[in-house]
Amino acid sequence: MTSPSEIRVPLWRDDRFWKIVFQVVVAAVVIGLLGIFISNLNQNMRRQGLVFSFSFLRNTASFGIGESLIPYSPNNSYIRAILVGVINALRVILVGFVLTTLLGVLAGVASFSNNWLVRKLSQVYVEIVRNTPLLLQLIFWYFPVFLRLPSPQNRLQLPGPIYASKTGIYLPWPAQGPMFWVWLAVLVGLAIAAWLVLQQRTRAMVERAATGKPQLMVLIGIGVVALLVLTIAMNWQIPQSAEGSPQITGGLRLSLEYATILVGLVVYTGAFIAEIVRGGIESVSKGQWEAARSLGLKPGQAMQLVVFPQAMRVIIPPLNSQYMNLAKNSSLGLVIGYPEIFSVSSTTFNQTGRPVEVFILLMGIYLLINLVISVVMNTLNRSVQFKER
Amino acid sequence: MTATSPSTAPPLGNQSTPIVWLQKNLFNSWFNSILTLVLGGILAWALFNLVSWAFTEALWEVIPANLPLYFAGRYPASEYWRLWLILGLISALAGLSWGVLARNVSFLFTRGSLIVLGVLAVIGVLTPTPPVYRLLIVGLIVICAGTAWLGRELARRLPNMAQWVSLAWALSFFVVLWLLAGGLGLDQVSANNWGGLLLTLILSVVSIVLSFPLGVILALGRQSSLPVVRWLSTIYIELVRGVPLIAILFMGQVMIPLFLPEGARPDRVLRAIVGLTLFTAAYLAESVRGGLQAIPRGQVEAARSLGLNAPLTMGFIVLPQALKIAIPAIVGQFISLFQDTTLVSIVGLLELLGISRSIISNPEFLGRHVEVYLFIGVIYWVLCYAMSIGSRKIEEKLHTGH
Repeated sequence: MTSPSEIRVPLWRDDRFWKIVFQVVVAAVVIGLLGIFISNLNQNMRRQGLVFSFSFLRNTASFGIGESLIPYSPNNSYIRAILVGVINALRVILVGFVLTTLLGVLAGVASFSNNWLVRKLSQVYVEIVRNTPLLLQLIFWYFPVFLRLPSPQNRLQLPGPIYASKTGIYLPWPAQGPMFWVWLAVLVGLAIAAWLVLQQRTRAMVERAATGKPQLMVLIGIGVVALLVLTIAMNWQIPQSAEGSPQITGGLRLSLEYATILVGLVVYTGAFIAEIVRGGIESVSKGQWEAARSLGLKPGQAMQLVVFPQAMRVIIPPLNSQYMNLAKNSSLGLVIGYPEIFSVSSTTFNQTGRPVEVFILLMGIYLLINLVISVVMNTLNRSVQFKER
Repeated sequence: MTATSPSTAPPLGNQSTPIVWLQKNLFNSWFNSILTLVLGGILAWALFNLVSWAFTEALWEVIPANLPLYFAGRYPASEYWRLWLILGLISALAGLSWGVLARNVSFLFTRGSLIVLGVLAVIGVLTPTPPVYRLLIVGLIVICAGTAWLGRELARRLPNMAQWVSLAWALSFFVVLWLLAGGLGLDQVSANNWGGLLLTLILSVVSIVLSFPLGVILALGRQSSLPVVRWLSTIYIELVRGVPLIAILFMGQVMIPLFLPEGARPDRVLRAIVGLTLFTAAYLAESVRGGLQAIPRGQVEAARSLGLNAPLTMGFIVLPQALKIAIPAIVGQFISLFQDTTLVSIVGLLELLGISRSIISNPEFLGRHVEVYLFIGVIYWVLCYAMSIGSRKIEEKLHTGH
């Protein structure tokens, strides 16, 4: 029997030795490069009389921000300014997620419509949007579209009733107040209840072959209550103005910058989501369609009940990166003057001359946002994947 | 537009009359009829408005008046011959590689591609430029077709012509840079004068060329069994992918001088290229990683059993297959890099979008947003769409190969 120590592998022919050497060399090169960069940075900063620290964030920002959901004035600190930027960005990102998902799923499903016009429109939309730069699209939405809106006197009325003019887009919106939050909580509660009942109904139908009628009644009841709450209790304010007067009161005003970045990002990301949805639906085998049809389901029902739930498994993972792209692309608000994180930070570092600290902060914020999106999407992903028992 | 006939649509069998077709595709149920009418109405209204705007309100002079700016930025007009020379070189090489490829693939030398060449020539003749330029454009197309024929004939005689063409491409990269920037006997043209489509193309091509090896190295690093290498690559990829490109470009402009010794200030184009390269490499690495993961373990084991060591296995067995699988994703990455070059206009470089914005701010052309942006939008669309069709063709070819 030969023990390992008897076969002497020379060091230069030992795989393990070279692996360690290689790693040490790589680490040394990276650390060396970082060291050179940081020492250069130190010297350059010292020459400008700066010391690496984040304390400047407590200084007065002394610049105005166009719009803000929390109270902010130029007397506030840089921290608060950046917080305003974060909130503004989240406002775009969260609303953008909902709208872009709706648009993307709609366009993706439309590419399977048996209506030739709908199919072609969906294809044309995807091809135009995916093959032109996002920045160009944003600029296009801003300058020729939103900035050309008429003056408040001859404002545009869209169905809804939504008004659009140079001063902003006006939507009907529930009146703010304590009752608004109560009713919102009621709505959320109803939605959760409806979801639970729906789960129970599916289970009853699948496992016990029940009709699911009682649950359906409950669902209809919930729907009616929710509709009542929505229409009556929410106290909708409709934007109004005296004839010919520039003032529009009531409702919700969206600034043109917000509307631009929102519309631009939604239209852009929607095209990518449409392609993901199309790929997901195509991945469901044809036999599923045929089986659904042989059960007597109409094409719309087959899509909704049989094909789409299966396509979700393919759709969700790439959706994650599209949401991250939307979040990151919200930084382009800078170009059209929407004060989101990046725009506020770039003003901050221009004023303070501290690009390194601001960049680290910015990177941290974006990484945090991405991490949250990723965690949420992975949880969602786990819930739609095959459960193998 | 490719008409992908969806799996759910009824088979398009009897299309004898337009009325039958309409009934089948537009009015097959009451819901679809309403949908068709509403959408068709909106579409007709939008098209009508667009056409009437284009022929009555729009002032298109802004395009021909600034054509040199769009294509070459502030490149000195007396040096335009260098740009034409570059275009000639590129079309000759493109034709040559087309010919070499066409030896094996028949679809390149078909009637369709000849028609495309003819249409391009007609467009070249019709472009509103001085007659000399129209002649030059037609000349480029003739060069392309001629070298394509030459390439096919040569490739039939010299079997390893493809390698020579690849080498010529690699060398041409440096020749083009020399012609652009000057030096070695030519007048220097500072990078600050590069602009328009020229700068867009330089930024994208140079960043693609540089980011490709970096991306492959990062992908290999992320898949490596060595923990230090794996962790460093993963950290780099995740950090870069987590941050918007505009932040990287901005900080590239501001921080690269800070990280370098005093006095070293690379010019702004170079800093933008560094930013784009570092950014794209991280995304590219993920595409290549996808390809690497798709290679079955058996390939590695077989290579090992032949006695190849780890680097050789990677270089000769795994990587070529992985890159082949990743081609569509890589091309997609390059398309988005090409579109992302627009962001350098934010840091003050005058590429296609930047030059358009500066043209609009010229008092003579104030408010001509729509015309200008539509024009460059069409340029971007044509180039990107061509790239995506090309990648789809490659993908189909690779699929049938198996």
